[in-house]
Amino acid sequence: MAKVIEGYYYSESHEFVKVEGEYGYVGITDYAQEQLGSVVYVDMPDEGDEVNAGEDFGAVESVKAASDLISPVSGEVVEVNTELEDSPELLNSDAFGNWIIKVKLSDPSELDNLMQAAAYEEICK
Amino acid sequence: MSQRTCLYDRHLAAGAKMVEFGGFDMPLYYSDITDEHNAVRKDCGVFDVSHMGEVLVTGKDAEAYVQHIFTNDISGAPVGKIFYGMMLYPDGGTVDDLLVYKMGAEKFFLVINAANIDKDFAWMKEHTAGYNVTVENQSGIYGQLAVQGPQAEAVVGEVLGLDCKELVFYTFKEILHGGETLIVSRTGYTGEDGFEIYGSHAYICAAWDKLLESGRLKPCGLGCRDTLRFEVGLPLYGDELSAEITPIMAGLGMFVKPDAKDFIGKEAIVKQKAEGAPQKLVGIELEGRAIPRHGYEVYAGEELIGTVTTGYQSISTGKSVCMALIDPRFAALGTEVQIQIHRRRQNGTVVKKRFYAKSYKK
Repeated sequence: MAKVIEGYYYSESHEFVKVEGEYGYVGITDYAQEQLGSVVYVDMPDEGDEVNAGEDFGAVESVKAASDLISPVSGEVVEVNTELEDSPELLNSDAFGNWIIKVKLSDPSELDNLMQAAAYEEICK
Repeated sequence: MSQRTCLYDRHLAAGAKMVEFGGFDMPLYYSDITDEHNAVRKDCGVFDVSHMGEVLVTGKDAEAYVQHIFTNDISGAPVGKIFYGMMLYPDGGTVDDLLVYKMGAEKFFLVINAANIDKDFAWMKEHTAGYNVTVENQSGIYGQLAVQGPQAEAVVGEVLGLDCKELVFYTFKEILHGGETLIVSRTGYTGEDGFEIYGSHAYICAAWDKLLESGRLKPCGLGCRDTLRFEVGLPLYGDELSAEITPIMAGLGMFVKPDAKDFIGKEAIVKQKAEGAPQKLVGIELEGRAIPRHGYEVYAGEELIGTVTTGYQSISTGKSVCMALIDPRFAALGTEVQIQIHRRRQNGTVVKKRFYAKSYKK
């Protein structure tokens, strides 16, 4: 059974946002990593890039396939998790502990369009 | 709806992740593509390849007929010999790539790709005119297992009781076993030593159970079948060969013998060999870890020069590599090219399209 964390926001395409002040940490959920299998590469934007809610900002790739990463929020990418460049498998061992990008939220009201833990848990069943 | 092989229920019971391939519901992996890949490279794995098609050609003109539709030269071969080659359209494009097993002077067993069974069989029937032959689609009769890896000979001998030590690469024998005749060949699609076993559905199911119960190998899905064949530069119909891709473009000229005989597509092949192919299949190694995939564009500077046919982060070497069909002007080893991967152009170099050495038992 995939893990879901209380207090995070969730998208239907299985990304999460952990909000700290004006920043959102975006990554893939535990359910997403289970579905993907072993992650061997993460395609990430550059610091300073703008991401838009509902648009792709990179990809997570298993041996066999690339899955687009869809940003749940809009804003400037202020940091990317460079650890994933050499250790993409961290997404399998701890998806929630390894965010992919840190975004300066340009429109925090977008969070209202996302799911809370209980609702997200339902769609993972 | 997709077809199922005789092992379908066993795949589900084993927890396989299933995927549609060539019109069949097939296991992509059971546990993990990387683990299954490594099992075949280092130890042993078994694949359900019952989706493959089998066609029996018999009759007085069987050999002449096979020579007519097949690019490789089978003349003078002993019984028990296997040939790899293609069937071509008159324009040199590929109908399919296949194996031809010589079972007798007037009897040949052709093994074709699952996705092409109907097309191939229709093609074969269409070209029997003037030949005294019977062409029979036996795809529904046979199940097939591929036991692959350095331990394959021991496993097949000790677990299945099929003594195949004396078989050399690309030969086969028929073995009477429990009232039926099995076909066992020293062939495969992984770059490792191994065997392919053809038998009734009942036999294939029983053999599968025995193999898994022995604990001496891993069940392996089509996911690692593709990563394994790719690493040693073997083509997959649909990626490296197609109606638009000739064997010359794919670098498979050694399996096409226009000097030895006539066959459908020969004129086009001779012409392409003389004038040069419009595209050439090459290997490309990337500098970074980004993964080139089927259909991605290949550039030389600003010029679009071709597309990726198959690409992976090689499991055996860890490098991001691909095969790509490109403009021959850029096909020389060492040429610097770029591949568009997501939003970036990744730098790469043309290399030999064999990313890992084969370990066949010849």
